[in-house]
Amino acid sequence: MTRTFLTQNRSVFWFLLALGIFALIVTVLSEAAGNGMISTSFVKTLGKTLCLMLVAVAMDVVWGYTGILSLGHMAFFGLGGYMIGMWLMYARTEIIVTESLLAAAIPPTPQEIHDSIGTQIFGVVGSSEFPAVWIFAHSFWLQIAMVVLVPGLLALVFGWLAFRSRVTGVYLSILTQAMTLALSLYLFQNESGLRGNNGLSGLQNLPGLDDVPQATLSIAFFWASAVALGLGYVLFAWVTSGKFGSVIRGIRDNESRVRFLGYHVEGYKLFVFTLTGIVAGIAGALYYPQAGIINPNEIAPIASIYLAVWVAIGGRGRLYGAALGAAFVSLLSSWFTSGAVPSVPLGFYTIQWTDWWLVLLGVSFVAVTLLAPKGIGGLFDLVTTRHPVPERIGDFGPDKGARRTVEGEEEK
Amino acid sequence: MKTLLEMSGVSVSFDGFKAINNLSFRIGEPELRAIIGPNGAGKTTFMDIITGKTRPDEGTVIYGEKSISLLKMSESQIAMAGVGRKFQKPTVFEAQTVRENLAMALKNKRGPFDVLLYRKTRRGAERIEELAEIIGLTDALPRVAGELSHGQKQWLEIGMLLAQDPRLLLVDEPAAGMTPAEREHTTDLLKRAAEKHAVVVVEHDMEFIRRLDCRVTVLCEGSVLAEGSLDHVTSNPEVIEVYLGR
Repeated sequence: MTRTFLTQNRSVFWFLLALGIFALIVTVLSEAAGNGMISTSFVKTLGKTLCLMLVAVAMDVVWGYTGILSLGHMAFFGLGGYMIGMWLMYARTEIIVTESLLAAAIPPTPQEIHDSIGTQIFGVVGSSEFPAVWIFAHSFWLQIAMVVLVPGLLALVFGWLAFRSRVTGVYLSILTQAMTLALSLYLFQNESGLRGNNGLSGLQNLPGLDDVPQATLSIAFFWASAVALGLGYVLFAWVTSGKFGSVIRGIRDNESRVRFLGYHVEGYKLFVFTLTGIVAGIAGALYYPQAGIINPNEIAPIASIYLAVWVAIGGRGRLYGAALGAAFVSLLSSWFTSGAVPSVPLGFYTIQWTDWWLVLLGVSFVAVTLLAPKGIGGLFDLVTTRHPVPERIGDFGPDKGARRTVEGEEEK
Repeated sequence: MKTLLEMSGVSVSFDGFKAINNLSFRIGEPELRAIIGPNGAGKTTFMDIITGKTRPDEGTVIYGEKSISLLKMSESQIAMAGVGRKFQKPTVFEAQTVRENLAMALKNKRGPFDVLLYRKTRRGAERIEELAEIIGLTDALPRVAGELSHGQKQWLEIGMLLAQDPRLLLVDEPAAGMTPAEREHTTDLLKRAAEKHAVVVVEHDMEFIRRLDCRVTVLCEGSVLAEGSLDHVTSNPEVIEVYLGR
């Protein structure tokens, strides 16, 4: 089965091979396991990039294959990050609090420890009570389950409401933007229970692993992200190949025709929306421990628009295109915004790339959309002989031999 | 011959315009029926109502032995109940191969999880080969449907209709863009399908309908103007006035 799957989906094999080679090279050049040519912070950047590639692949399945332009998938990504962040903060604070209370004359009760953790975490928002959403934060496994359940449930409920009412096209895109905006505005409030605009921080320090240097942790997270990307890629390649892929591409191209064939289109959309939402949540749960901090800004509408831009530049409708687009644009973005790119003095004006990068991104997005709709992924068509979507030029109408009636001609 | 579908007193209006006006219609199984009528007579709306695309303002649509009402069902449920439709303009999935198009239409379970775990079967492959043979697209199976000529797309859509194995086939202008030989082939196919199932053909071409040799319903301004054999309806003065005499 696996062999036939891989032989039928050559790109999966090549993608996994390239990913494996890349991961090995990074490991060999890292500070933790190699000669240190790549700094720990850059390993983290690369690990985060792998997570972004995973969410881009998910976005491609929603948009490129099923034709739902969701501009809210980064909300699921952020929620995944928040869910893992809650456990990280709780567990780490617990260790610190327990150590400091040990010095006290009377041993602390569990309730005292719990209250003390609350004071530590929620001091910044002027509170010490644990909000109800933190109910599972003490347990690693329960909170890991939340990483899957919370984005999955949000996607399920939102998708059910939206698809059931047959909201499609640009209206659905606006609705998803509203969803992610509403969520981020809600989280900005101190009363939301997730520390308002402070967000969750210190996530790079894993509880109980203080002795392990960040260099080692970074390479471990890098590998975890690489494995997640590989698994996610295989999962989505499997979903989009075969008959299911056929049906969702049919939904993208002609939704009502699929309906008249007897397929329950809304069920398919909901399935794809929820599955990709869950994968986005998992990607976020791997991303934010590497980023170290998450705040409601990460869920702002612009984040999901960036995601769509990555997929568009990478090439919709092919998974490796989306992955490459996300890697290319996000790495380029961090390079340009880091200030490392030399400014261009024009005499009368100096182009500072930190300011002008967004303009460059916007222009390249428009250029790709107009001039190369297949995106970066389209470059692979130049080296492979097989063109997945052949271009047909000329008359689409009836054949020459076909009988055609001329306006006003009598039926014979 | 038992009744498969019965519409009675159905009316639909779009922004005040009565597209269907107190229409009653009945078809048995097996039966072949042709529907003719001038432009705007409501032929396509009639099919839209049966397939669930348009909800009528009033009237009933009863289907099958259990006399279920199609008005409460979604498009996909109606299709699963055995109503297949071929559109006027050939609508196939142009980005996919002929084989994929036929495989999608093949009668199977339609749920997302059923389809996700669907394995290709020998029986399915044989059925696709068989259909491709009937519609003359055996060599074109691996080709992308968008590459096909207009006539071939018509064939493919007819193949997809047959693949669903429906009990009621609604066929909108099947012969448009076909060569005379292909039209003859289409006639044969429809007649063969009508030996077991109910087939409704909407067509403009009188010669084509004459070859079908079946009962004809004339629609005009959203209701039935005349019904009977082709000779019977074409000798009806009202029909001549609104349709043939122009």
